[in-house]
Amino acid sequence: MAKRLLPGEHFFQGDQACAEGAVAAGCKLFAGYPITPATEISERLSWRLPEVGGIFVQGADELDSLTIVIGAVWGGWKAMTATSGNGICLMQENIGFACMTETPCVIVDVMRAGPATGIATATAQGDFYQIRYGSNSDYAIIALAPASPQEMFDLTVEAFNLAETYRVPTVILADEIIGHMREKVVIPERLELVERKKPIAPAQEFIPWRPEGHPLVPFMPSFGDSYRMPVPGLSHSETGGPLRDGYHGHKRLVERLSNKVEADAERLCRVEDGFLEDADVVLVAYGSVARAAQAAARRARQAGFRVGFSRLITLWPFPDAYVKGLARHAGKLLVCEMSMGKLSREVERACGGKAEVLLFSKPGVEIHTPTEILELVKKVV
Amino acid sequence: MVQIMEHPALKYFRHDSPGVPHLWCEGCGIGLLWHYTIIAMEELELDPNKVVWVGGSGCTGRMCTYWNYDFIHTLHGRPLGFATGIKLAKPELTVICHMGDGEASAIGGNHLIQTARRNVDLVAICNNNFNYGMTGGQFSPTTPLGGRTMTSAEGHIERPFDLCALMETCGATYVARWTVVQWRQCVNSIKKAIQKKGFAFVEVVTQCPTAYGRRNRLGDGAEMMRWLRKCSVRKEQAAEMTPQELQGKLVVGEFVDKEAPEYGASLRELVRRKGGDVDA
Repeated sequence: MAKRLLPGEHFFQGDQACAEGAVAAGCKLFAGYPITPATEISERLSWRLPEVGGIFVQGADELDSLTIVIGAVWGGWKAMTATSGNGICLMQENIGFACMTETPCVIVDVMRAGPATGIATATAQGDFYQIRYGSNSDYAIIALAPASPQEMFDLTVEAFNLAETYRVPTVILADEIIGHMREKVVIPERLELVERKKPIAPAQEFIPWRPEGHPLVPFMPSFGDSYRMPVPGLSHSETGGPLRDGYHGHKRLVERLSNKVEADAERLCRVEDGFLEDADVVLVAYGSVARAAQAAARRARQAGFRVGFSRLITLWPFPDAYVKGLARHAGKLLVCEMSMGKLSREVERACGGKAEVLLFSKPGVEIHTPTEILELVKKVV
Repeated sequence: MVQIMEHPALKYFRHDSPGVPHLWCEGCGIGLLWHYTIIAMEELELDPNKVVWVGGSGCTGRMCTYWNYDFIHTLHGRPLGFATGIKLAKPELTVICHMGDGEASAIGGNHLIQTARRNVDLVAICNNNFNYGMTGGQFSPTTPLGGRTMTSAEGHIERPFDLCALMETCGATYVARWTVVQWRQCVNSIKKAIQKKGFAFVEVVTQCPTAYGRRNRLGDGAEMMRWLRKCSVRKEQAAEMTPQELQGKLVVGEFVDKEAPEYGASLRELVRRKGGDVDA
C-alpha cells in the first residue's frame, strides 16, 4: 500500500496540498461534486485515496456529498468534502445537521466570485459569513484561512484534528488564488494526529450525549460498536431521546453546541502579525489578500510609515480578544478583503470602538496589490 | 396461573423516543410497517447491534427513532446519502432506510435515483400513504389524480409517480410493492431486500386515515385497509387488464429480483487494483 505521508519538498498547487493534507491526516473517505476552483482536490483524491486504502466518491451534488461524508464518519472514518461557495449553499442543511449531531468532518471552501454563478474561475472572499451563519438557527463551526499551498497542507491536517477534538465541522476557507497557486510545500516526517474519543464505559452505562472533559463534548462510538447509538437531528436529551424539559433542555444543548467552540476562541486563535509595536495603522486581512497586505506593510516600513500587519488564520470562532488587542496597539485598523465588508464588520464589532476601522474592499476577481494598499495607507496615516 | 409474557418486539423498541408509546395517529399504517420490519429481522435472525436504521423527516422518518439500536434521524429527503456513507465505512452492517412518499420521491428524488443507479447495498422502504402526513396532509408525487389534500382541495391535477417503475429503470436490484394488508408478502419482501446484495426498494402502501383518508372519505384505519385490499391487483393479473380497468388500482408484486455489481464492493475492488486495502 502506498504511504499516507509523503515527507519532503514538493511543488504543489494549493488544492493538491489540501488533498495531501487530508490523506496525511488519515482521511478515509472523500465525497465531492465537481466545482471550480476546488475540483483539483477531488481529482487528486480520486487516485490518491484508493492507493492508501481510502474511498473517493463523486457525489451527485453537494447535498449527496456531505451526507455521505457524515454517514462515513458515523461508520468510524475520518472524512472530508470540498467545494466552492455555490456548493456551500447546498451543503448548509447538512452543516447544521453535522453541528447538531456533533459529527467531526472537514469542509473545504475554495471561494470564487459571486453571487450566483458569478465568475467561476475568479477569486473572492465572500463566503466569510455564509460558512459561519448559513444554516438555520444557532450553532458554531471552526474556520481556518490558509494563505499558501503550505498552509493548505498544514491547516487541512489541523482541521481534521480540531474537528475530532471539538466534534464540529471544521472549514478550510481558502480562495481561488490560494487553491490554484503553486509553491513549495514541505511535508514533515511525522504529524501529530488527533483520534476520535471513543467511549470507555460499557454499553449499558454509556450515556450517548453526555458531554465530558474539555472541550465539552460527548464520547463518540461508531455504528456497529454495540452502543445502541441514537443520532437524532431533533433537539435531544443526553440519552438521545426527546427533551423532557422543553425550553431548558434545548437551551442547554444549543448553548453547549455554540460554547464548546466559542468559549475556546482564544485557544483556537491562530494569527500571523508583524511590525505591530509602534504601528499607527494595522492592515488586517486573511487568505491571499493578507500576502498583499504583508508586502504593503513591509514597503510602508521601508518608506518610513509606521504600519503593521495582521493576518487572521482562525476566522471562526472570531478572535475577538486578539483583535481588541490590535485596536489598543494602533488607532486605525485598515481591513483589506475581497468582499464588500464582512471581515471589517467583525473587526469593528471586536474593537468595540477602541480603534477606527477602515475598509479597503474589492468584490473579488482582482486582488488588492501591495501598491494599491500602500497608496491608501499613505492617505490614512 | 397466568404468565405475562413480554411482547417479542419490545426489546427493539426505544422507550425514550418522542411521545412513547409513539406519535403516530390512531389507525395509521406505519406501526404495522415498523412491526413488519422487526418480523423480517427476527426471521432472518439478524444481530440487532449490526443493524442501523436511517430516517429523515416526517411521520415515516420518525420510525428510526423507536429503533432501540444504532439509528440516525437525518434530514428530510436525505437518508439515502447518510446510509451510503455508513454502508461504505461498515459494509458488514445492515442499513435500513424508511422514507415517506414525499421524502423519497420529491425532496429526496435525486438521492433515490442516484443511490439506486449506484446500486448501494441498502434496504430502502418507502411508506406510501399518498400525502405528507406530519404537516397535515398535502399532496405528494404519489397522490392519485383527483386526490383531495390540504393543497389540492379541488382534486389533484398532477399524475402520480410509479416509484417501482422508476426504481426498475434506475437499476435497483430488488423492487417490490405491496399494501400493508398483504403482511406476509411485505415481510417476505423486506427479508429479500435485506438479503439482496445491492439496492433494494420496497414500496409499502399504507393508510393515513387522519389526513388522506379523511379528506377523501375513505373511512378509518380499518376501512382504509379494506379499501387498499380492494384496490390491489397482482402484477400477473394486471398484465391482462386494460388501462381503463387499471384505473384506481394498485399493482402489487415483485418487479425486479436480479444481481448486479454492488457499489461498495466495486469501490473496494478499485482500491485493491490501486494497491490499497480499505479494511486493512
